[in-house]
Amino acid sequence: MSEELKESVVTDVLVDPVSGFAPGARPFASRLSAESVSLGYAGRSVSEALDVRIPDGGFTVIVGPNACGKSTLLRALSRLLEPTSGSVLLDGKSISSYGAKEVARRLGLLPQTSIAPDGITVADLVARGRYPHQKLLRQWSEADEAAVIQALEATNVAGLSGRLVDELSGGQRQRVWVAMVLAQQTPLLLLDEPTTFLDIAHQIELLELFRRLNGEGNTLVAVLHDLNHACRYATHLIAMKDGAVVAEGRPADVVTAELVEHVFGLPCLVIDDPVSHTPLVIPLGS
Amino acid sequence: MELRSAPAETAPVSAGTLRPAALAAVNRHRLLGLLSAVGALALVLWLSLVVGSKDVDPGSLWPAITAYDGSPEHVIIHDLRLPRTVTGVLVGVALGLSGALIQALTRNPLADPGILGVNAGAGFFVVLGVALFGVTSIQQYIWFSFLGAVVATVAVYFIGSRGRGGTTPLRLTLAGVALGAVLGGISSGITLLRPAVFDSMRSWSAGTLSNRTWEVLASVAPFILLGTLIALCMARPLNAVAMGDDTARSLGANIVRARIWTIIAVTLLCGAATAAAGPIGFVGLMVPHVARWIVGPDQRWILAYTLVLSPVLLLVSDILGRLVLRPGEMQVGIITAFVGAPVLIWLIRRRKVSTL
Amino acid sequence: MTSLDQVLPLEKATSVDFGRRTIAIRRFGGRVSLRFDVRTLVVTAVLFTAALALAVVALGLGEFSVAVPDVVSALLGQSSGAVHMVVVEWRLPRVLLALLLGAAMGVSGAIFQSLTRNALGSPDVIGFNTGAYTGALVVILLMGGGYFAVSAGALVGGLVTAALVYVFAYKKGIQGFRLIIAGIAVSAMLASVNTWLILKASLEQAMSAAVWGAGSLNKITWDQVLPVMIVFGALLVVLSFYGRRLGLLEMGDDAARALGVRLEGSRLVLAVVGVALTAMVTAAAGPIAFVSLAAPQLARRLTRSAYVGLVPSAAMGAFLLVASDIAAQNLFAPTQLPVGVVTVSIGGCYLVWLLAREVKRQ
Repeated sequence: MSEELKESVVTDVLVDPVSGFAPGARPFASRLSAESVSLGYAGRSVSEALDVRIPDGGFTVIVGPNACGKSTLLRALSRLLEPTSGSVLLDGKSISSYGAKEVARRLGLLPQTSIAPDGITVADLVARGRYPHQKLLRQWSEADEAAVIQALEATNVAGLSGRLVDELSGGQRQRVWVAMVLAQQTPLLLLDEPTTFLDIAHQIELLELFRRLNGEGNTLVAVLHDLNHACRYATHLIAMKDGAVVAEGRPADVVTAELVEHVFGLPCLVIDDPVSHTPLVIPLGS
Repeated sequence: MELRSAPAETAPVSAGTLRPAALAAVNRHRLLGLLSAVGALALVLWLSLVVGSKDVDPGSLWPAITAYDGSPEHVIIHDLRLPRTVTGVLVGVALGLSGALIQALTRNPLADPGILGVNAGAGFFVVLGVALFGVTSIQQYIWFSFLGAVVATVAVYFIGSRGRGGTTPLRLTLAGVALGAVLGGISSGITLLRPAVFDSMRSWSAGTLSNRTWEVLASVAPFILLGTLIALCMARPLNAVAMGDDTARSLGANIVRARIWTIIAVTLLCGAATAAAGPIGFVGLMVPHVARWIVGPDQRWILAYTLVLSPVLLLVSDILGRLVLRPGEMQVGIITAFVGAPVLIWLIRRRKVSTL
Repeated sequence: MTSLDQVLPLEKATSVDFGRRTIAIRRFGGRVSLRFDVRTLVVTAVLFTAALALAVVALGLGEFSVAVPDVVSALLGQSSGAVHMVVVEWRLPRVLLALLLGAAMGVSGAIFQSLTRNALGSPDVIGFNTGAYTGALVVILLMGGGYFAVSAGALVGGLVTAALVYVFAYKKGIQGFRLIIAGIAVSAMLASVNTWLILKASLEQAMSAAVWGAGSLNKITWDQVLPVMIVFGALLVVLSFYGRRLGLLEMGDDAARALGVRLEGSRLVLAVVGVALTAMVTAAAGPIAFVSLAAPQLARRLTRSAYVGLVPSAAMGAFLLVASDIAAQNLFAPTQLPVGVVTVSIGGCYLVWLLAREVKRQ
């Protein structure tokens, strides 16, 4: 089944079922892709010969059970992890052939864990996102300033600009980190579990922000834990299990009760979400 | 809807969770191990009496102790090596136990009275004694050494427990480094201004077991014995403390009392040991740790093994010191660092530093 | 904001609210643009001025005391004879070295504390100084060398030790905790060796070795200052390219890499610069303790900034060392204490205070 899905995805038209935004009927272009990559850590292999293409202009979400290799894949796509074989391509060239700052100008990453130095203010932290664009003597150009202001406003933390990051709530802090990545002004955004540890209201708030960014033309790739959130917001879903891609495509096409049971081992019912008209997964009691 | 599956939690296996039959088997193993340690101690004691800058006929060992007749061999054995050996046993026990106590009390597997600045405290007060009061005899050193050990122990614990985060292992270690540095700096200032003090201190600062007479032994032995007694009584309360303050309290352990008695024991043991032999590091660090590696986190067994193995380590180092530079000697305090430091490095390179 | 604009009309206050007064300077059609935190600028300027003022005072103190105005004119080359000789030829090298070495130690400490993300990170703790002492002792006691031989011995000893500690602590990367403990272990072994060497030497040799071991600025001449100036200058040039990465490295490996920082390369260069600075200080004056530990944290407290700044740390280090040297020379006059004894005593007290108040998250 996964083979057929893959076939159809390559030529499918991507239509976001919520906004109805249709980029036009064409095979999807992909600036970022992984070609036959094998990934692993210190002798332990996570994925073998994985092929993944990230659709441009889409909001791709990778889902799967714990330790299925989704974070590993994201790390490989963001150059944090080097594949043991195969290569990750960015704009046609192998990603490791670019300079570090060059990659950082094209691809932004929100890592799972980051440390906010003690005593740093919101604006200071967001301003650090401008590093890839700065030089020794060009440390605060007008473009830098504008980018920071824009990022602060987009994430709704402009009012917190002068506050210490330590004093913020978990939700606010996560938004600040997102603002830092936004300040980088990259067309591609990779987000590793951006909504974990946030309460539901903040999760939705962040996901709505991501959707808005996607609508403005940015390509997003996120690893999400919550399958229903993924269904609701993704334009392209990649389901992984045991290091391999089991299914990918539009959530409406891909998410079925059989898939969820196969990937997560969870018997469930899939219905149509009455608000967003995307698949809604309802677990069945055992 | 969250689909995260909870990560499998593996509870740490300790002796307390084994079934009675298995527990009995483990205890039997521990007992056997302890007995072999005692055997090793006996062997080392014998070696310590026999080996040295002058070889001695093993046959004259027993007569020297029982039928002393003033011959050169008997003099060497009875007046030099016997007190030296007994001092080695007592000092070894004192250092090992105080190390085990500090490790248990602070839940810090890398604690050692030396690292925690206790030696520096004792040394500093000895410098003051020599410089300000002109003390020369070991009897007088002892009191200064004690005072120094008390002040340093309390100070380090106090400093390390303030501020955010409480008494974490690293904070205590660094408090020890800090206090050790201050006291070392001031000591060094004093000694550099007074050559006579410098001369006495440079001999004192290499811990040594040589030239320890019966009088010295008589002065320190009571304190070491008292400290050992208190330490052994603290084994059970410390088992509770090791599990964290909240758990300990809920088990009915009186934490404050346990802490105070433990600190008293550490002070007695470490102060006496440093007074008798000068600063010797690493015994208090290594032996309890090796003991924990063999028997697990039960303080009763750790203290028992430490009691036997520490003198083994110290005397082995002392014996090595007698052999390495024959007919001269290298002080035991210098050798223990060379034995101890590689073990410390090996310990931190293990994937998980063993905890209590 | 308005008074600042009146004073510095060409600098713009930033329109982003950083929570503190910040100014931006843009020139040459945008080719040069810099952002400064005002408080940091002011504190740094004050510290540098204070250090220089203390230096002038130091030049005037001693057996042959010189009034401050005379000191100033001697520095400007306007005096001659005894005053010129005392101030410029005898005392100036020492005071200048104190400024330079203090600044070097401040910077070195800032680098280590930032890299290890630990307020107590310092080259002192990785055993470098003990190893340098061993190298110097070997030269002094076994080879009877002069100043430059001792410096070389110290350098070799210290670098070998630092390398050993690094190797012992390296396990797929460096963790602050392991590095500190490995440093303690190696230090202990070398301290034993040092004790042994000191014990075996004659009292005179031992005492002069101990004076070196405490860190001393006694008997410094001009030909010892010149190499320091060159080395320091070179290291500063390298640092200017890598300095900004320090702040980014503090945010965690992933975040730093995501922003385009080459992790291992940057860390290696920064660590090497940090060790080189310490090595330079130790070779020139013996291991002077605690300035590298204390200066960055004290500077940070004054500037209330989020990270250990390199320039404020340098200013604070220079100030501390000159002040300590004045104390060392004059506390027990006419006997001179090695400056290291003063820094260790004061520094240790500072450290104790720091731990007692609060310790920043690791």
